[in-house]
Amino acid sequence: MSSSRDRIFATLRAGLKHTVDDPARPAAVAERIASHPRNLLPQRAQLPHAEQVALFTAKVEALTVTVDSVAGVADVPGRIADYLARHNLPSRLRVAPDPLLQSLPWSERPMLQIDYGGGRSQDLVSVTPAFAAIAETGTLMLQSSSTTPTTLHFVPDHHIVVLKESQVTGTLEEAFQRLRDKLAKSDKDWVENWPRTVNFVTGPSRTADIEGVPVLGAHGPRRLHIVLIADGA
Amino acid sequence: MSMEVTAQNFEANAAKALRDPNLRKAMGIISGPMASRRVETARELPEFEALRDEGVKIKNHVLQHIDLYLEKFEQQLTARGGKLHWCRTPREARETVLALCRSRDAKIVTKGKSMVTEEIGLNDFLLEHGITPVETDLGEYIIQLAHEPPSHIIGPALHKTREQIADLFEEHHPDYELNGKKAGTRSTEPQVLVTEARSVLRDTYFRADVGITGANFLIAETGATVIVTNEGNGDLTQSLPKMHIAVSSIEKVIPTLEDLSTILRVLARSATGQEMSCYTTLSCGPKRAEDIDGPEEFHVVLVDNGRSEMLGTALQPLLRCIRCGACMNNCPVYHSVGGHAYGWVYPGPIGAALDPHMIGLETARHLPNASTFCGKCEEVCPMRIPLPDIMRHWRELAHEQQITPPLQRWGIEAWAFAAKHPWLYRLGARVAIAALKLLGKDKGRIASLPLASGWTDGRDFPAPQSADTFMSQYKKRSH
Ligand code: SF4
Repeated sequence: MSSSRDRIFATLRAGLKHTVDDPARPAAVAERIASHPRNLLPQRAQLPHAEQVALFTAKVEALTVTVDSVAGVADVPGRIADYLARHNLPSRLRVAPDPLLQSLPWSERPMLQIDYGGGRSQDLVSVTPAFAAIAETGTLMLQSSSTTPTTLHFVPDHHIVVLKESQVTGTLEEAFQRLRDKLAKSDKDWVENWPRTVNFVTGPSRTADIEGVPVLGAHGPRRLHIVLIADGA
Repeated sequence: MSMEVTAQNFEANAAKALRDPNLRKAMGIISGPMASRRVETARELPEFEALRDEGVKIKNHVLQHIDLYLEKFEQQLTARGGKLHWCRTPREARETVLALCRSRDAKIVTKGKSMVTEEIGLNDFLLEHGITPVETDLGEYIIQLAHEPPSHIIGPALHKTREQIADLFEEHHPDYELNGKKAGTRSTEPQVLVTEARSVLRDTYFRADVGITGANFLIAETGATVIVTNEGNGDLTQSLPKMHIAVSSIEKVIPTLEDLSTILRVLARSATGQEMSCYTTLSCGPKRAEDIDGPEEFHVVLVDNGRSEMLGTALQPLLRCIRCGACMNNCPVYHSVGGHAYGWVYPGPIGAALDPHMIGLETARHLPNASTFCGKCEEVCPMRIPLPDIMRHWRELAHEQQITPPLQRWGIEAWAFAAKHPWLYRLGARVAIAALKLLGKDKGRIASLPLASGWTDGRDFPAPQSADTFMSQYKKRSH
């Protein structure tokens, strides 16, 4: 008896009929994967970088995301403390152990309790970096890694993302290319370093499952807040 | 044993649905705000129509090379440490998932939304074997409490009113407390009900031994599966337990990340009228050695269930479907009878075209007749699937095999005539109904129809037709 795999493939190949043995097929598939051509890109985000940042901000704000623009990394802890105060939140933060976030001058805000690690049920507020941001739709791109646990993106009620303007791109395609470029190492192809998880986050968690009424904060974060650092890009 | 099939009772199901006031309310939401949001977001993207063409091109390309892309997907997934399980039948898929759960000695599994798990009847099977599946998508959770199947592929509980949901919650979590306090009096506010479900399920995510999700796409280039959601439940489901199982089907494979980017632009717009759903997540392999969180094991259960047989047949375009739900949101028949009347997992036009293949034409014979041929489904389908043509294909086949009731055979003849005269076909459904009525009354043959006056009266009839037209047609036909 042949395996299910064999039987599925046999049926598929029978369905392909006379084209199945066309020697051009494997080449076409290999070529498409190797060159991964872009399909039609919408005009919307084909803009100078400063306008992409403005588009990104407008898009996320339309999704109820709050954006706090700061001049430099030194301002970040203060602005996060302000956010906590504004929302009456305890001054305890669960932070991704990411180099940028670890290097922030947290000690200037001694009231803040900083705790590094993944999301736990008691965590109310997380702070994470993002890998990139997509202006076209107001989307954040985040990845799992040894310093960026995925659970921080979903478990806490409030998700604060520290983003640099230079991380804003126009489209999903550009963001994917940035990730490929970053993952390519001299000894390894990018795909071998592909992370366990890549999250695209577009606004806070929501649902319309009860009579179609939109409600924020279904299972993931109720609020999404971005601290956007002007880094002269 | 898959999900209980009641498609053979379509006419009785539909008659009941037409008398259900709650359903009328729910269908108003689907035909109103849900359908119009799609139009608005599509209008805001000038390239929307061109992107649909691009999506069709991608899917057609995949279907010419589907064996090779599946091999590539398997190879990449395996290289990242994931494991692929090929399953021809629902039974094989159920048993595979059960064996995986048992290997973890699982008691509780959380589930993200997955139509393929509905298709294979997974929940009941797990329960029978001592494992408790907990649906975490709010809509799926509600219908799980109500012991009902989904009525819509995107909004499974849209047929339930807030009062009914409040009743269910009172019954199932009487001890619900918020912040250590008894959570006050019964509320029917959606916000309050959502908060209740959120806190009730919170603990379950952390307790679950296995998390099961679906997958909207499989990316051959990287070996990743993709889920597209709004609530964040799928991500909690798959990132907290030790094992993540993604249950999906073979036609979901696409070549590259660029192809994903293109299709995502039409998916959320067509489904919910969003530009992007809140969460689009790519998952690939188990947690890496140095990662802080994530599952230790990642399995992909890939179900065929008759899909491979569709390749190279008239049904092949159905393999392009991305399960967005636009065809049902815009279908006058679906608006009239609701999702449950269709009697199986996939309702609406996609169900009418797909279900006869999956559950047999004999059982699903009424579904391809549940159409006014207004053409709206094909018009809104992002993948431009010729749904009316495929329903017609089934009607012809049923007619050939003499498995339709006589009156419906008449309808097909009327249709066959109109199809050969496209100008007639375009006149709209009211004309067809008038013709049916006429045929039914005097039992005349198609050739004796008074063509000149009768048919042309409907020339200015605006498409799409209203639900009432269908209802009046339905009443006539069911007596
Ligand atoms: S048939 Fe088309 S419109 Fe219907 S669910 Fe599939 S892709 Fe969407």
